[in-house]
Amino acid sequence: MSALLEVLQLRKHFPIRGGLLNRQTATVRAVDDISFTVEAGETLGVVGESGCGKSTTARLAMHLITPDEGTIVFDGRTVGSSQMPLRDLRRQMQMVFQDSFASLNPRLTIEESIAFGPQVHGTPKAEARERARDLLAKVGLNPAQFIRRYPHELSGGQRQRVNIARALALRPRLVILDESVSALDKSVQAQVLNLLADLKEEFGLTYLFISHDLHVVQYMSDRVMVMYLGRIAEVGPVRALYENPLHPYTRGLLSAMPSLDPDKRTSAAPLIGDPPNPINPPSGCRFRTRCPHAEAVCAEKEPVLAAVGTERLAACHMVVAGSGHSKAAEVAA
Amino acid sequence: MSAIPTPLAVEAVPIAASRGYWATVFARVRRDKLTVICALILLALVILAIFAPWFSPQDPLATSMLKRLAPVGSPGNLLGTDELGRDLLSRLIWGGRLSLFIGILPVVNAFLIGTLLGVTAGFAGGKVNTAIMRTMDVFFAFPSVLLAIAISGVLGAGLFNSIVSLTIVFVPPITRVAESVTTQVRNLDYVEAARASGADALTIVRVHVLGNVLGPVFIYATSLMSVCMILASGLSFLGLGTKPPSPEWGLMLNTLRTAIYTNPLVAALPGAMIFITSICFNLMSDGLRQAMDIKQ
Repeated sequence: MSALLEVLQLRKHFPIRGGLLNRQTATVRAVDDISFTVEAGETLGVVGESGCGKSTTARLAMHLITPDEGTIVFDGRTVGSSQMPLRDLRRQMQMVFQDSFASLNPRLTIEESIAFGPQVHGTPKAEARERARDLLAKVGLNPAQFIRRYPHELSGGQRQRVNIARALALRPRLVILDESVSALDKSVQAQVLNLLADLKEEFGLTYLFISHDLHVVQYMSDRVMVMYLGRIAEVGPVRALYENPLHPYTRGLLSAMPSLDPDKRTSAAPLIGDPPNPINPPSGCRFRTRCPHAEAVCAEKEPVLAAVGTERLAACHMVVAGSGHSKAAEVAA
Repeated sequence: MSAIPTPLAVEAVPIAASRGYWATVFARVRRDKLTVICALILLALVILAIFAPWFSPQDPLATSMLKRLAPVGSPGNLLGTDELGRDLLSRLIWGGRLSLFIGILPVVNAFLIGTLLGVTAGFAGGKVNTAIMRTMDVFFAFPSVLLAIAISGVLGAGLFNSIVSLTIVFVPPITRVAESVTTQVRNLDYVEAARASGADALTIVRVHVLGNVLGPVFIYATSLMSVCMILASGLSFLGLGTKPPSPEWGLMLNTLRTAIYTNPLVAALPGAMIFITSICFNLMSDGLRQAMDIKQ
């Protein structure tokens, strides 16, 4: 497999202005120096608590907000350079948002909404509408019944199907799903997830699947990336990561998953407290304030994302032998 | 038992094509009796004004020393006469031309200019927004009546100048409404999605922003028409608007005010016309706002 999307040292800090003369008083480190790749044909799940930078990462990858630093390479071509102008990127990469209602223009019919993208890229109106009808059928909505409808006449699940059709109308190769099923009922969620899996197969898509729901990510993903406070904590294949998490944060998250097995249920809170403020993240390892294994070295040195085995990466001193952490040897061994 | 609907009836989904947004709004307005009545009154006033030569029983400028300040219901002068013996009914009909013109045109101008400025400011954001909106704030520093009088005073009396001054008065509030609605719309996901599909700013504004901004701004503008009419009448009253002997409701109110003790009903008639028109504009814009406020 080859990498379809490569993100290199991406950084986005949002200035907080205030006080006299609108001076910059602080910085939110929303995404701080992260790198990852999405292989062609895979689904990369992204999990993390609210505010950890998942959505910012998605918007940066789409160039909906401009990164402060970092490079995005799509299919071997650097985005924003002459190799791959933004317009080109946006045909190849599309996004489905969380709020199915806010992401459809209330004044446009379903057909017009879906046909808008292709028309922007020069497809004649009749052809774009024809494509909209085909796609509606593909996402399981009867075109005859829905093309002339307005968003407010549809249910949440139907609207999200329309949003998926809209994203696919440009025939992208990579689709970013930013909490796309989070706002749906469980039963509808399952239908939409299955639809996404079917569409992936049919159109040979690659997904960047962002969610805070660990069950959904487990079901959808080939690999999973765990984010914490604007940084990557751990990346790995879904089974290995769920069965044997390397980073203590991943362990905490996974133990917070409600289990169907009564023996595995726990009443103790797996993670204590809230994530620290990204305006002033802790020194060293950002997770150390909530980590049960924090030691002196964690406050001094920031752990780098280190390879563990061939397929896994984790940013924790405990997985690097000789890092100075007392448990480094035993975990690494 | 037959009164209980079967659960299947709920499931039945109408396959018929659904109505468009404006068709829905129109259907909702039609059910609102008060709005329909106000719209009909305004329509009647506009028709009377446009076809004034046909409707007016007498020449509005013909004076008669003998018939000065005849009371309402005098033979030949249904609504009496003014201080120069001119037929008041004719003058009220003719006066609608100028009064409606000067009440509507500045708001239409301001609607066009204000929407352009507001949408630009709201969509561009940043420094463009600051430049446009802070300039508008300067105008907000003055009460609208004072501003209209000041600009009219500088430009001089006359119909054209009072339209210019009233336009300037109404541009800032419309710009502010257009800007705030645009800022809200700009941050919605569907605009983000449109950007993600590679559309340029102009296409996004045309397809996704204007359709959602024009409605609320239009409603606000219709509510300003009554204010504009009253301000225009005020300018005429002060001698800064239309000049005598042209019939205009504000000006008529001014010249008839000395007759308030001798013939109060006649003196009040031009004021009543202003009152009816402006309240109809207000109620109609209220009804429109409710009809256009379609929630999911």
